[in-house]
Amino acid sequence: MATSPYDVAVVGAGPAGLAAAAAALAGGARVALIDAGRQPGGQYWRHRPGDLGAVADLHHDLRTFRALVAGAAGAVTFPGHHVWTMSGSAADGFVVRSVAGDDPRGTAELAARSLVLAPGAYDRQVPFRSWDLPGVYTAGGAQALLKGNEVLVGRRVVVGGTGPFLLPVAAGLAARGARVVGVYEANGPAGWARHAGAVARVAAKLTEGAGYAAALARHRVPFHARQAVVAAHGDDVVEAVTVAKLDHEWRVVPGSERVVECDAVAVGWGFTPQLELPLALGVGTRVDADGSLVVEVDEHQRTTVPGVYVAGEACGVGGAALAVAEGEIAGTAAATATTGAGPAAVPARLRRRRRALRRFAAAMHAVHPVRDGWQTWLGDDTLVCRCEEVTAGEVRAAVEDLGATDPRTAKLLSRAGMGWCQGRVCGYATACLTASACGSAVSALDLQGVSERPIAAPISLGRLAGDAGHTGQQ
Amino acid sequence: MTEFEFDERDVPFTDGQTVGAALVAAGVRSWRTTRRESRPRGVFCGIGVCFDCLVTIDDVPNQRACLVPAAETMVVRTQEGDGRGHLAV
Repeated sequence: MATSPYDVAVVGAGPAGLAAAAAALAGGARVALIDAGRQPGGQYWRHRPGDLGAVADLHHDLRTFRALVAGAAGAVTFPGHHVWTMSGSAADGFVVRSVAGDDPRGTAELAARSLVLAPGAYDRQVPFRSWDLPGVYTAGGAQALLKGNEVLVGRRVVVGGTGPFLLPVAAGLAARGARVVGVYEANGPAGWARHAGAVARVAAKLTEGAGYAAALARHRVPFHARQAVVAAHGDDVVEAVTVAKLDHEWRVVPGSERVVECDAVAVGWGFTPQLELPLALGVGTRVDADGSLVVEVDEHQRTTVPGVYVAGEACGVGGAALAVAEGEIAGTAAATATTGAGPAAVPARLRRRRRALRRFAAAMHAVHPVRDGWQTWLGDDTLVCRCEEVTAGEVRAAVEDLGATDPRTAKLLSRAGMGWCQGRVCGYATACLTASACGSAVSALDLQGVSERPIAAPISLGRLAGDAGHTGQQ
Repeated sequence: MTEFEFDERDVPFTDGQTVGAALVAAGVRSWRTTRRESRPRGVFCGIGVCFDCLVTIDDVPNQRACLVPAAETMVVRTQEGDGRGHLAV
């Protein structure tokens, strides 16, 4: 049943969504705040119900979190709701349809005059041999088990990939008693020296980074630059990994391979913005400096679709502080627009903050790129798509033998990305492998072809039909 | 200590933990086999994105163990393939 329209529906209650809801409320709007999680905070401030104190030491900037939660308190909240589709326009209003995770019969349908989408991002993955073994986790997965459940993924953990996020993951695991046998960063952190100007303007990032470095030193966690986890080993569970030195293009330096025993691995290669909801509304996109497809926004965080605003990682991966600034700008603009007025100029304080944090993000992407050389680590039999169990050889054959010239066609011919996760995990890798086999670069259209998911969350046929009697069949 | 049943053993959990987290804490690394190669799977992304951790809870297959909060009355079972073997004709 549709409710009377909200002025602003905010999807996502992480840093960007909370800030947007708080700002829209401050602007006098009636706000709905919808999130798949049971608690506000998103991935960044993930915690169990009512138990943030127990993991407070694993978190950063909780003062901001608490202020945002207080600021957003006037919103009508829909926790535990997975949005599966949205439609409409600024002229006719928007409809957001969601399913309640806890209640097998629960659905919610909200009407809103404008939308602020803050769907966030998840760990970007590149495949490596036997990465599907149990015990191999995404870096964010290891972090979610720790922050949200106080569970360690293993006793002897290898952390690998690229990007600053590896540091809090390793520091958190070590702080809770895991032996982190090494952090393997595929790029060289010395690259940051070339971006001193971008770092100096956001002193908090420097302090945060120094804190993690100190924590790793205190727990005697070795940090290996320009090295990567290139294979996992084990029969039914991970027992060891091969790590290797990488050259500038990320090819393995011959003879540098070493086997490291472990009972868990946490890997991440930057982040992939969660774009299915914005794409369903037809927003314009671009490829960002990190190679991710992101939503195009203007200075008010407006997308190319009137009435639709996007804030946070979905318009460029840049971290929680940037997401908060963008959320505040988007929420303010959305609230103003519902009164019929054009948006007021973005306050100079917020403009400056967003600019400085975007400069920092650009530096981060420049220092921590994903180089094509990872493709040389794969055997023909290495899985790319974990759901449909499609190998690198099968993806390449879709191009070389069957004539695919884009990842969407490669997906249709090989089934890579056609399983349960709908290409969320393998979409980036499939796009890269297809482009390489075609001898081209990955385009925005390529990424869009593996990022569109008309149904954004699983919904049972029973719920779809509105029949409460049938709940199990998805 | 609260527990749920998993493949005829008891798995302890604390308030607010997910089924997947409780299984990992109990040393269980996998609770599903894949449809094509019958390979073992457990938690991978931990946040509901990858669908690797699918499990059968109270006879309903394909639940994401990383999202479902653990509860004492639950009967959790390893899922084979698509979890719909009982529907085969």
